[in-house]
Order: sequence, then structure tokens, then C-alpha cells
Amino acid sequence: MSEIRIITGNEAAALAVTLCEPKVVAAYPITPQTKISELLSMYVETGTLKAEYVRVESEHSALTVLISASTVGARVFTATSSNGLLYMHEQLHWAAGSRLPIVMCCVNRGVGAPWSIFNDQQDSMSQRDTGWIQLYCRDNQEIIDTVIQAYRIAEQVYIPTMVCYDGFVLSHTMMPVEIPEAAQVKNFLPPYRPHTFLDPERPRTINPVFFPWRRENAEGVLCDGYMEMRYKLQRDFDTSLEVIEDVNVQYTDLFGRNYGGLIWEYQTGDADIFVTGMGSIAQEATLAVDALREEGIKIGVVGIRSFRPFPKEKLIHAFSRARIIIVFQKAISYGNEGGLSTEVKAALYGSGIDAPVHDYIAGLGGRDVKTRELIAAIRDTLERSGGGDCKNKTTWLNCHRG
Amino acid sequence: MIKQDENISGICTPAIGEAGKTGDWSDVKPAIDHSKCTPAVKGKAACFLCWLYCPEGVVHMTIPVQIDLDYCKGCGICAEECPPNAITMVRKEDMNE
Repeated sequence: MSEIRIITGNEAAALAVTLCEPKVVAAYPITPQTKISELLSMYVETGTLKAEYVRVESEHSALTVLISASTVGARVFTATSSNGLLYMHEQLHWAAGSRLPIVMCCVNRGVGAPWSIFNDQQDSMSQRDTGWIQLYCRDNQEIIDTVIQAYRIAEQVYIPTMVCYDGFVLSHTMMPVEIPEAAQVKNFLPPYRPHTFLDPERPRTINPVFFPWRRENAEGVLCDGYMEMRYKLQRDFDTSLEVIEDVNVQYTDLFGRNYGGLIWEYQTGDADIFVTGMGSIAQEATLAVDALREEGIKIGVVGIRSFRPFPKEKLIHAFSRARIIIVFQKAISYGNEGGLSTEVKAALYGSGIDAPVHDYIAGLGGRDVKTRELIAAIRDTLERSGGGDCKNKTTWLNCHRG
Repeated sequence: MIKQDENISGICTPAIGEAGKTGDWSDVKPAIDHSKCTPAVKGKAACFLCWLYCPEGVVHMTIPVQIDLDYCKGCGICAEECPPNAITMVRKEDMNE
């Protein structure tokens, strides 16, 4: 029998990692992620998790340790937040370029300056182009299940995977969580098989300088160059769209919980007004939808679970009847608009869907986003020429602009 | 499942000159005066500080000492470190061979 416990998001993540049996964990403490690394170091110390816990002096080193360990065939884990993730930035590219299936939790927090320890998604959103898969969770159950799925996804396509969830809103909030059985997780997650085996009998050079052209290897065989490897990473991101869906289906079969794969939908059956977002703000929007439906408004939520790869086809299908789309997001791409709005608009380009996409920035630096505020924002959008007019730029929710 | 593909990352078999003949990057090359060079003078394995300091690993611990000019980038560290000043950096066009 699987057990149900009342735990925080961070504990859910730490338990999931333990079930996946990584061989090496390296992390540097940063709020609101710290509890994961504390718990994992305790599990290692008490023997619950048979892994090496490497104490490091920075996030840059934490990921570097994992890059080395993953290269020699170990399943690995780290977690970070905010400026810690930014400090990893160079190594994020390095992990992806080396095609190492590292799994990391990013406990989303606003980025300094000024300092904030509180939640928004500016940290992971700003790492969009580092070549990592990014999955966003809406509750603690999804965190435990997504971490387990993340290893399966990453190790199938050899792309590192970031499991993102909102700091404090989820990381420090207790909820009932069903803990999957260890034997079932083992069954779901085959052992990690690196794409290249390192063997003293067959020495390997790792990541030497690549010149712009394709090159002959030591045996005189023409091999891929830098650009071919970039192409393959992008090609395998395309494959990962299917893999994320497949893994979700298989997970649902085994554990009975379905997260929709790339996206999830709530009350979209007859909807022509759609709210979209990632993580806890999208979950909050389901409550707003419940309230507005009582007034007869045909509204639903499309939650984006996978930000990279971005599920264009799924969104085109989900929004096929959309009259109005409202994006709530906890990040801003300075000088343009909320990054998620840009992505949604780009996905719909040329699809025949010409619904206006309304751009809302909300909850930066931990500013609370209440259901009633989402309801007011949606109402306001609908009142503006029936929602057809979205020429008025980005709206900053609950922000004094005086 | 992606087929096992060793060519999805920059992992390759180590070989001399992975990046081509890097010796052509330089303007100057080390020239050894074996009448001053310690191993040649003493006729036995000795000194080899040029080998120790060379950042490119192109100095061979032989008697006499040999430097692989195909891959020497001409940094001059060996000339700087040589105790009897047996190595001088000369412009490529002035080299004898």
C-alpha cells in the first residue's frame, strides 16, 4: 500500500529523489530550496539514500560536480533557486551540450536586485535557452510525481530536466501527498544508461575545441561538428514532446495520477474564453473559473506544464475555439511583455486562431495573487470591448503604478 | 527511445592534433643549442624543466631533447625556464630547417 503523508513541496521533492536512487547529490543551500538539500543530506547520513552527498562552495560547483558524475554514469540530483540558478547559468549550457540527463528542482523565487526571497518565475524563465527541459508543477503531489517522471524523460532523450515549482506557495506549504511505492518506482524507472560509456581501456576526450566545420576523428571518420550537435539537441527536443506525453501515460497506468503530459485542461469542454499560465497561478485560476462559471461565463484553464519543449501543437488544439486568451504569468521579459504571452502568441501564429492574447504580469517578488484578483482581472478583460481589444499593452496585476 | 549515439556530444577518442596542426599559430619557435642543454651535455636524463613547464606537452624527454614543432604554439615558456639558456625563440623564417 502506498502511504499518504502531509508534507511540504520540498519534502515531496526530496522523497521523490530518494525513490529514484541517485548516486550523487550536490547542492548549495538557498531559500526556498534549502530544505531539499537538508533532507537529502540527512537521508544520506542515515543511510536511507545510498548516495554520495558532495558539499560544494557554490551552485556553479554543484552543477559541475553533477556534470562529472553524470558523465561517468551516475544518476544525479541538485536543487536551487533564483540567483543560485543564475550562478549555474554557464554550467546549464554545459550539461545540455554534453547531453547529460541531470535532474534539478528549481524552487521558483524572484531574482535580485533588490533582494527578494519570495516567489516568482523570473529565475527559470530567464534560463529558457540553456537547452533544459522545463516542467512546472501546480501542487505537491505533482512535484513528487514529476520528479520521478523527469528522470525517465531526461534519460530517454539525454536532455537535462528542470522541475520547477513555486517557492513558499508550494515549497513550504503542507498538503496530503501519496508517496509512490519504491518497488513500483523501480519498475517505472530503468537504471540510467549513459550515452557514452567511459572505460579506461577505451580512453575518451570530453568536449575538446570544435572548429566551425565537420571534422575527422582519430580514425579518420568524418564526424559531427558543433552545429550538427546543436541540431541534434533541437531534434531531440522535438522527440521529447512525444516522450513527455508517453511517460505521463505510462505513469498514469502505473500510479493512477494523470497530469496531462505537456498541458492540462480545466473546464475547457465548452469554453471560448481561456486562461493560461504555469504552476500555482494556473491552479489558482481554476478557482476563478469555478466562480465565473456560476455566472454563466464559458471559461476554462489551459495549464502549461512543459515550457521547454513548448507544446505548440497541443496549444493550437486546446485553443481551437478560443475567442479570448488571458495569460497570467510571474515573470517579465523587460522591453517586451510577459515571456509566456510571447510564446503563446508565436505558437498560434499561422494557425488560423486569431483570438486576442491578453498579457498579465502578476505576483512578482511574492506579491500575493488571490482568486478574487484573478476574477476581477478576467472581468476587466471581458468588459474591455468584449475582450476583443488587447491593444492596451501589458497589465500589471495588483501593482501601484502611481 | 533515442538510439545509442556516441555522436550527440563532444566525446571522442583522444588523438594528437584534435584541433589541427596548432603549430602554425605561432610566429616564433624554440631552437635548442644542444651544446648547452643539460641532458645533451651530461649524456643522461636530467633537468627536463622545458618538458615540465610546456603547457602543450610537445617537449619529448629524450637525449637530445626534441620539441614537436607541428604543435608547438611558440609561447616561449621553455626558453624562459631553461637554466643554461639553451633555448632561444627565433622567428620561423629564420629557422635553419
